[in-house]
Amino acid sequence: MKYSASEKKDTRSGFGAGLLELGKSHPNVVALCADLTGSLKMDAFQKAFPERFFQTGIAEANMIGMAAGLTIGGKIPFTGTFANFSTGRVYDQIRQSVAYSGKNVKICASHAGLTLGEDGATHQILEDIGLMKMLPHMTVINPCDYNQTKAATIAIADHHGPVYLRFGRPVVPNFTPANQEFIIGKAINLQEGTDVSIFATGHLVWQALEAAVALQAKGISAEVINIHTIKPLDEGAILASAAKTRCVVSAEEHQMNGGLGDSIAQLLSRKLPTPMEMIAVKDSFGESGTPEQLMTKYGLDAAHIILAAESVVRRKQAVTV
Amino acid sequence: MKSFVDKKNNHSNMPEIKDLEKICSQVRRDIVRMVHGVNSGHPGGSLGCTEFFVALYFDILKHNPKKFSMDGIGEDLFFLSNGHISPVFYSTLARSGYFEVKELSTFRRLNTRLQGHPTTHEGLPGVRVASGSLGQGLSVALGAALAKKLNKDDRTVYSLHGDGEMQEGQIWEAAMYAAAKKADNIISTIDFNGQQIDGSTEEVLSLGNLRAKWEAFGWEVLEMNGAHIAEVCSTLRKAKERTGKGKPIMILMKTIMGQGVDFMMGSHKWHGIAPNDEQLAKALAQLPETVGDY
Repeated sequence: MKYSASEKKDTRSGFGAGLLELGKSHPNVVALCADLTGSLKMDAFQKAFPERFFQTGIAEANMIGMAAGLTIGGKIPFTGTFANFSTGRVYDQIRQSVAYSGKNVKICASHAGLTLGEDGATHQILEDIGLMKMLPHMTVINPCDYNQTKAATIAIADHHGPVYLRFGRPVVPNFTPANQEFIIGKAINLQEGTDVSIFATGHLVWQALEAAVALQAKGISAEVINIHTIKPLDEGAILASAAKTRCVVSAEEHQMNGGLGDSIAQLLSRKLPTPMEMIAVKDSFGESGTPEQLMTKYGLDAAHIILAAESVVRRKQAVTV
Repeated sequence: MKSFVDKKNNHSNMPEIKDLEKICSQVRRDIVRMVHGVNSGHPGGSLGCTEFFVALYFDILKHNPKKFSMDGIGEDLFFLSNGHISPVFYSTLARSGYFEVKELSTFRRLNTRLQGHPTTHEGLPGVRVASGSLGQGLSVALGAALAKKLNKDDRTVYSLHGDGEMQEGQIWEAAMYAAAKKADNIISTIDFNGQQIDGSTEEVLSLGNLRAKWEAFGWEVLEMNGAHIAEVCSTLRKAKERTGKGKPIMILMKTIMGQGVDFMMGSHKWHGIAPNDEQLAKALAQLPETVGDY
């Protein structure tokens, strides 16, 4: 495989590193955090730019409202808390004060999905992508590793408009290039293939690459595309790949309802009906466990992507014959 | 009307009270006519807050109605948190020069910039955030006040809230933050009319001792009678003098819902319904046309 898992890092640290760089390069960037500075890795920014850091306490609604207000006067606020408290808890505040009001707020959300682990389902939000992508004009980004999260953090500062940036807690392979250019809405073709397209986002991108290696050994050439931006969706990249392979698998750490797969299915059903399988959580809450145990139990790993790819290739062949 | 205001400004920074009262009468005519025109909207709270809006926009605020900018650098800012009283907000914005008075006739109609609740979405000058879903405006005003401090902009941020809105938890999140972090460039006001949709605040969910609550949260609390424009102007001035002293400022403004139209006064019934033709005529008879209907 051309990608290496030798270095492992957490995506939230990529966010912290990107935010610190923004502190130096963008004087108007400010940060707000609701009592999770260490968890979000915002402490370096807080230390370097104390006057531009706002500790809001455990009051997420007020944090989102203050962020909206800070844009009035030209600031670029980055809010930080867990994904659960960044979305579901403050949905109406984001909807009215940020999205509908067109405010330039960056909602940065850590500990998304099952890989939050042992704390259990109260904190493991699996609906956040759906909640955010439904809001008009909201940009939704879910990078795959440390380097990409850092690059995405820096890139969203120069994008005018509300953004939801989702990342996670555990260390995962850091395999994309350091100092990469991050283009919002532009999918990245990590590995070309001809038999099946795997569209993955976030932590599932690495799993998709591992699955592709195993599939190759089984004689299936898988194309792996990193959909780091769920909204706006790179329709051109998805349609081009689906037109080539004529069957697709989506993979994400999120509910099937409202997630990446749902967006891709909408697109394909309108423009290019294609056999599809979805790797996602199927209408269920999570539970306590290690990230690895949970990803396996809920079917969000390379093994399940392999099964889904084999299945969808068979479906394609059945249709073709 | 513009020349009328400019002339006063040439003589003094403080307009004559009787001139402000004339504007109040016109704003009240606008409110009942706008709501009647589309048979929907919220006249009660709008009428009760008329003096406050006129005092703010025609006397207190340092602002630039003809050149509205979202960032409002070097200007005082106002945020309406209880967005349902949009009629008084829109009338005051138009009458003070943010947009043409004739646009008031588009209120709540398809393709209007004057949406049922205020929004930035259609680009109406004078509005800096959407409001309507209650409890959010204090946090937004607070954020804008923090931005002013970062920008070393010494102007003041004002906000208005309903008393029923005090039942929203987010208000108290913002209240705690503002005092703890010494946001002393914000002057908030509560429209204390004791009414909400389902009845009196006392019946629905008692607010208890609001003054004691805000003082306990660390705010400086002032009180005023919202029906007397001279008192509103002087209290807002007093509040302004107390900014920059380490505490956010809250004004409890006693008002009467429906103020100025006798049959609408004092009842929650007129919170969110429009007068019919006969009621409109009766209301307008009590409100002299002073600077010209839209």
